[in-house]
Amino acid sequence: MSEIDASNPVYRRRKLVNRVMLSVSALALVFGLIWLTWILATLLYEGGAALLRAGLYYQMTPPPGLDGGLANAIAGSLLLVVIGTLIGTPIGVLAGTYLAEYGRRGWLASATRFLNDVLLSAPSIVIGLFVYSVYVARVGHFSGWAGSMALGLLVIPVVVRTTDDMLKLVPSSLREAAAALGCPTWKMILQVSYRAARTGILTGILLAVARISGETAPLLFTALNNQFWSLNMNAPVSNLPVVIFQFAMSPYQDWQRLAWGGATLITIAVLFLNIVARVLFKKAQ
Amino acid sequence: MSAVPVSIHGVDNQTNIAVTEYGRPPPRTRSSARLDAAFEWLTRGFAILVFSLLAAILVSLVLGSTLTLDKYGLSFIWRREWDPVRESFGALVPIYGTLVTSLIAMIIGIPVSFGIALFLTELAPGWLKRPLGTAIELLAAIPSIIYGMWGLFVLSPIIQSNVQPFLIDLFGNVPILGKLFEGPPLGIGMMTAGLILSIMVIPFITAVMRDVFELVPSMLKESAYGLGATTWEVVFRVVLPYTKVGVVGGIMLGLGRALGETMAVTFVIGNAHELSASLMAPGNSIASALANEFTEAVGDAYLSALFELGLILFVITTIVLALSKLLLLRLSRQEGARA
Amino acid sequence: MEATEAAPRRTPRPEVATRTESASEHKVKLEVRNLDFFYGRFHALKSISMDVPERRVTAFIGPSGCGKSTLLRVFNRMYSLYPEQRAEGEVIMDGENLLTTKRDVSLIRAKIGMVFQKPTPFPMSIYDNIAFGVRLFERLNKRDMDERVEWALHKAALWDEVKDILTRSGHSLSGGQQQRLCIARGIAVKPQILLLDEPTSALDPISTAKIEELVDELKREFTIVIVTHNMQQAARVSDFTAYMYLGELIEFDVTDTVFIKPKMKQTEDYITGRFG
Repeated sequence: MSEIDASNPVYRRRKLVNRVMLSVSALALVFGLIWLTWILATLLYEGGAALLRAGLYYQMTPPPGLDGGLANAIAGSLLLVVIGTLIGTPIGVLAGTYLAEYGRRGWLASATRFLNDVLLSAPSIVIGLFVYSVYVARVGHFSGWAGSMALGLLVIPVVVRTTDDMLKLVPSSLREAAAALGCPTWKMILQVSYRAARTGILTGILLAVARISGETAPLLFTALNNQFWSLNMNAPVSNLPVVIFQFAMSPYQDWQRLAWGGATLITIAVLFLNIVARVLFKKAQ
Repeated sequence: MSAVPVSIHGVDNQTNIAVTEYGRPPPRTRSSARLDAAFEWLTRGFAILVFSLLAAILVSLVLGSTLTLDKYGLSFIWRREWDPVRESFGALVPIYGTLVTSLIAMIIGIPVSFGIALFLTELAPGWLKRPLGTAIELLAAIPSIIYGMWGLFVLSPIIQSNVQPFLIDLFGNVPILGKLFEGPPLGIGMMTAGLILSIMVIPFITAVMRDVFELVPSMLKESAYGLGATTWEVVFRVVLPYTKVGVVGGIMLGLGRALGETMAVTFVIGNAHELSASLMAPGNSIASALANEFTEAVGDAYLSALFELGLILFVITTIVLALSKLLLLRLSRQEGARA
Repeated sequence: MEATEAAPRRTPRPEVATRTESASEHKVKLEVRNLDFFYGRFHALKSISMDVPERRVTAFIGPSGCGKSTLLRVFNRMYSLYPEQRAEGEVIMDGENLLTTKRDVSLIRAKIGMVFQKPTPFPMSIYDNIAFGVRLFERLNKRDMDERVEWALHKAALWDEVKDILTRSGHSLSGGQQQRLCIARGIAVKPQILLLDEPTSALDPISTAKIEELVDELKREFTIVIVTHNMQQAARVSDFTAYMYLGELIEFDVTDTVFIKPKMKQTEDYITGRFG
């Protein structure tokens, strides 16, 4: 058929469209990657030098014009993140366990899964409002506990989701083998299911930690901030994100320098946790 | 074998020969069964807790905004005033800012995400897929405040000195379009906020698109290739229509994220109580208004107004995210039925 | 059922005298010479050579994994979609080696149609399904396109069943109808060869019979190659049969010969069911 050859005009136009569209899609990829490299490069350039200064790690946040570091902010952040993770993880793991192990019958499991996924992407500032109204307003002051609570609430949906997914991957033959030996369900879950899925669940926890490490909005009206060194959870606690917010939006050069340092520090921590989580997950496969 | 009944332990009744005792599984003790029930109730309890979180948040927001809910009713949504001194509030400006910045984010983000998803599923050589996919996903891992700082200190100056003057020159005299690009080039404003939001939502939309594109059975794609179709045609005419429910679900997920994004927007939107048709103007979004003003808010009415803003944002994002989830569930059910 | 017969019985069809002609005295559409095929390092097809005759039905039969589908998919260069698959040797159509030609592969695929094991209607209306392939290479006005669609559906024995529902989605048809839709779609572009990869394996017996009738009709205009794991189908439908085993072509001859008096013992063993 002589019509179907390289000189066919319909064919040639289609070929052109194909080439153009595929090039555009490659450009889209480049577009995305440009931003990533630009942001990372900026962080290293602006904040890299600050990170190499030892003073960053042992000096307190200073008033403008004076020398200082981010020690209290770093410590405060660690405190809030650790406690927030400790609050959120058990709730998340146990709820996720219910979804995967007991949730086959009834509506509670699928409804919870649905709402959990909605919660996962909900605006974090609203979580801050929530904790403010149920806790901060009640006790009358900002505190580290409130901050950790807010972070804990952000940890929960991530951990529920990954625990649910990972436990569902445990092959039923494993469970049946345990049951055939007369193993009670609770023991089977603790000793067989959890053990089989432990790497995956741990990955989920790491991802949750990475997520809350960078969160600012929920801390804005819960933990607030503290200029001094304080590990008192009953009072406002200093933390990196809010400090960065305050310092970056200020007109003071040295504060802005510190803000960049803090930003780079957080990003390195977050990316590191993400990569560790990924590597762990790959190894578990 | 004899048909003589033999008891399990002890002595054979008929022949008086001792019979070995067969091992029996240990009887399930009471406490074991109780532990089972307890554990199930423990996990169920926490599931119920998670289940009720969304409702609890809603209730607390409603309770927090009763003052302004009572005072203004529905009109709060279109009132333009925001005067803490005279205690007169209205959500129009923040709502407008939220919607406009999210719209810009979608207009830029959707085609870019589609392009990336196309590249990753059909064009990228096998060894390149994983690293490129991971790189795009890292965009999602970068905290919002980082986007904010970078947007303020790095991107805005460039937009102010290069992009905005260019756009003003290009569209300044065009009749209707020109309205979008009026005003002095400030660098910060809704345009910059929208651009940064688009970068932030790209990884989410791309991830969903990639997942649903890979659900398309290869036999279907081969049917199209078999007729002589090009790669673009296969994706645009076969893959996309096949996955359209999932694609829309992914887009709504991106939208839900864009609507609620706080820190990135707060840094660059300008924090101005302004309602302007121009994209280059500064403005406010619900999230940025909350971030900037909550800790300074004095007076119950002010607080209530802010709470109501939070309520509006929460309701909008919940609806969008729930729709997204419903669509994605529908797609997976459709796929499950087909398999 | 089949166990009592040494070879599958065939209803004699007096009007088709071509069945008894020998393989060599026929015009050849596709020449395969020393074809080797690899999935990565796995050597899936070993030095296959055969002549596929024009306007006849050629069947590929053999046990699972013998390479019959692989061979079929070489003909329309479907393997080119997958980087780890490669073919060496010659597959010559109209003087051109399809494996090494410089021409764009989609031009080749336009001349060689393929129907798959499961019906694959595109997510669009019945009309658009058929028009899809045509629009790739021809600019027809509405009336000509309508004609082409109707012609293709007639040829696929589907027109009467769908002529009033052309705007409905391809998915709204039954399995057998969907497969005939796919056949119509493949025919609409007037290919020279039609490749059928186990086209009835997902269908009920009535639809299967309809499609076998269809194949018999279509061979007047198109060269057809059909892969089937159902020996009886091959015996009913084809003029020539190729028996393959573990990537090698064991015997290729007129269907009657292969089924009634096979030249190779291996063929005979397979035909008589000594192994499956």
